[in-house]
Amino acid sequence: MTESAIELVGINKSFGAVRANQDINLKIEKGTIHGIIGENGAGKSTLMSILYGFYQADSGRILINDKATTIDSPDDAIKQGIGMVHQHFMLVQNFSVIENVILGVEGEALLKSSISKARAELLRLVREYGLEVDPNAIIEELPVGLQQRVEILKALYRGAEILILDEPTGVLTPAEADHLFQVLAQLKAQGKTIVLITHKLREIMAITDNVSVMRQGKMVATRKTSETTVEELAELMVGRRVLLRVEKGAPKPGEVKLSVKNLTVVDSRGVTVVDNVSFDVRGGEIVGIAGVAGNGQSQLLETISGIRQAKSGEVMLNGKPIDVTGQADPADLRHRGLAHVPEDRHYVGLVLPFEENENSMLGYHDRDFYLRGPFLNIEAIRADARDKIEKYDIRPPNERLKTANFSGGNQQKIVLAREMEKDPDVLIVGQPTRGVDVGAIEFIHRRLIDMRDQGKAVLLVSVELDEIRSLSDRIMVMFDGRIVGHRDGDADEGELGLLMAGIEAKEAAE
Amino acid sequence: MAVPHGKLPAWADYGLLPLINVVVAFGVSGLVVLLAGESPVRAATLLVQGAFGSGQNIAYTLYYATSFIFTGLAVAVAFHGGLFNIGGEGQAYVGGLGVALVCLSMDTLVPWYITFPVAILGAAFAGAAWAFIPAVLQAKRGSHVVITTIMFNFIAASLMVYLLVGPLKPAGQMAPQTRTFFEGGQLPKLNWMLEAVGFSIRSSPLNISFLLAIVCAFLVWVLIWRTRLGYEIRTQGHSPKAARYAGIGEARIVIITMMISGALAGMMALNPVMGDTNRLQLDFVTGAGFVGIAVALMGRSHPAGIVPAAILFGMLYQGGAEIAFMMPNISRDMIVIIQGLVILFAGALEHMFRPWLFMAFASLSPGSVGLGRAGREGA
Repeated sequence: MTESAIELVGINKSFGAVRANQDINLKIEKGTIHGIIGENGAGKSTLMSILYGFYQADSGRILINDKATTIDSPDDAIKQGIGMVHQHFMLVQNFSVIENVILGVEGEALLKSSISKARAELLRLVREYGLEVDPNAIIEELPVGLQQRVEILKALYRGAEILILDEPTGVLTPAEADHLFQVLAQLKAQGKTIVLITHKLREIMAITDNVSVMRQGKMVATRKTSETTVEELAELMVGRRVLLRVEKGAPKPGEVKLSVKNLTVVDSRGVTVVDNVSFDVRGGEIVGIAGVAGNGQSQLLETISGIRQAKSGEVMLNGKPIDVTGQADPADLRHRGLAHVPEDRHYVGLVLPFEENENSMLGYHDRDFYLRGPFLNIEAIRADARDKIEKYDIRPPNERLKTANFSGGNQQKIVLAREMEKDPDVLIVGQPTRGVDVGAIEFIHRRLIDMRDQGKAVLLVSVELDEIRSLSDRIMVMFDGRIVGHRDGDADEGELGLLMAGIEAKEAAE
Repeated sequence: MAVPHGKLPAWADYGLLPLINVVVAFGVSGLVVLLAGESPVRAATLLVQGAFGSGQNIAYTLYYATSFIFTGLAVAVAFHGGLFNIGGEGQAYVGGLGVALVCLSMDTLVPWYITFPVAILGAAFAGAAWAFIPAVLQAKRGSHVVITTIMFNFIAASLMVYLLVGPLKPAGQMAPQTRTFFEGGQLPKLNWMLEAVGFSIRSSPLNISFLLAIVCAFLVWVLIWRTRLGYEIRTQGHSPKAARYAGIGEARIVIITMMISGALAGMMALNPVMGDTNRLQLDFVTGAGFVGIAVALMGRSHPAGIVPAAILFGMLYQGGAEIAFMMPNISRDMIVIIQGLVILFAGALEHMFRPWLFMAFASLSPGSVGLGRAGREGA
């Protein structure tokens, strides 16, 4: 019988009529890495919030190290040795690493002496767990992977024996993710207990000892990782078999619908972020742009969709130029048949405080369909939103609900429904399944293939190489603002990986 | 991660919480009154009686509230567009110029109901014009409206002093004010409205612009929630990035929003200038532009909240004057302290009592907030 670090017994938690957690039982063994997977809205985050003291359960018991306890606040959780690494980092951007680590536990009135004390402790932690990071570096100058390391150090510095990581790899490059896994293995070797919340099955298989699956607020299964398979876990998560590879027929490329020539974009800091990029997208094909986040893909999409100004180059939509170096108007481009699913749905694609129906017309609100002269046609707007909710299975099916109250996958469906339903000629899509659960991923992929089969030109940007490979008919790899390679849709993963890392195929062969 | 705090039922959020804030503000005010050596209970009685004790007093309360509805709406419209218009004071002041010019040129020629619509346009146009310059500076040059609008308050004050001691003052008159408007420039009083429900009124400044304020409150609701422009203003206010993505021109929205805000502030001038004194005089705005900020905050930028909030502040103005009159130790400045406390608790410290209220709800009826205490029954 192994000792348990955390035991949850009969946890229930409701928000109004929604039962976020139903009778959850979970036992996490000491010194293991325990994965928790489930779709968005399955109740993972609620459960972890209960464990970290953000919420109190309606009923049920929590045992830490086999002792019954209550956790009333995050402070309480920290005192009991629970540390949390949030999906969105809680760091002060213009503070140094060490200042962030001691924030809230400075201990003394004078910062200087507590910093020097902390430095010794921090260096010990850095050495012991292989968490290499310069204590004097300023957070905003660190890459995301290192910022995450600082979050882990913060938790360890506070004496965490149990670490909860919420979707830790969502923002990391593949190499950074690999390094994170090494760190987690090291922490485990030192006797720490790790809870890993994710919806990436590969990570579960790669690193966890045990895995628990949540579905619709219930804990449906706990397995030893070595005794399960990706297919079984995926099925447990969604309750039915899902296609991890999308079935699709051969593409039937038609005319060129989107053409980009020698496009160069310089950002406000004067850095060339898109460097002399040229490509065409034809109707009836999906062109994927692979690349590690931050290599100019975002700026490329923003420029094509008229949000960002280019320095030079030209873009043609259906054979007519877009004024990318001047004042291109996103509203005008929409009328010309360009739809855009932006990478950042929280602040760009949606207005979270709006009701769902208000978001389901964002950008198309100038259409006569939604208006009666200068007035909004409320009935038409809501009816239209209800149609989309039904067609895209958006849940909960309530067009009056605040958009912020929908889960990530359903928010993304709201955006997709809006952009796809107006019958565009060209669809540009950024990170369509970021933070989206497996069931919704399948649905979204299916819809993108449908768009292609209807003869639309689809330009897809994603940092998920699997997604690019399973959807794209052609793949371009972007590195440091340039297109460094063109490949077919069935290109080898390793080769693409090298290109994404900035290593030219020729160099690699040498 | 999910939000760490739960959600209160709507009625508690929009009704109970503001009520608690106001009660606490009055509680602290009571201590101030006590320190000044007067009875807080008597002061409270005087305040309520002074504001609502007779038809006369109610009329005065509503007269003040009229001004605050206009300025509150002005601030609220700007809030929806993500803009903080602190220039209501100056815009209302210049709005008075619009009213006066219309009245001075028309009052001898036509009856008031012809002058009134033109004066409305004059007030709105003057207020909007005064907001236009900061708006353009914000939209085109990035100069922050908080800074520019507050500077424009001072410019407005200087401009009006110049006009009232110079060009607008009738020759041979000592006071810095225009001549008194004739009947064609005087708004009818609303005393009949209160008399109809059984109050008696000797004389009061409550005039027909109160009804205009109520109509404007409704129109602002229509604008913000029922028109395409309002949708674009709200989008811009919540998320400028989403507005850019949706093809909503930021400069255009900033300028239009500020001009609507300025127009509403300008229309406030109708109430004192055309409705009461019947002439333009120095400093007739008397802080109504700033009170508008508190009214908008307290009314959650919603017309249905702004009207009652404006009446509350009207009550403080009118009832406060009564206290100052009846209690020798309480000066007019003390009333300003009480108003300040209301602004502090209802505006700045709006959410101070939320966690406690939330806990109270959680322990009394966990179901109402979707929460309870767990783990307690554990071994």
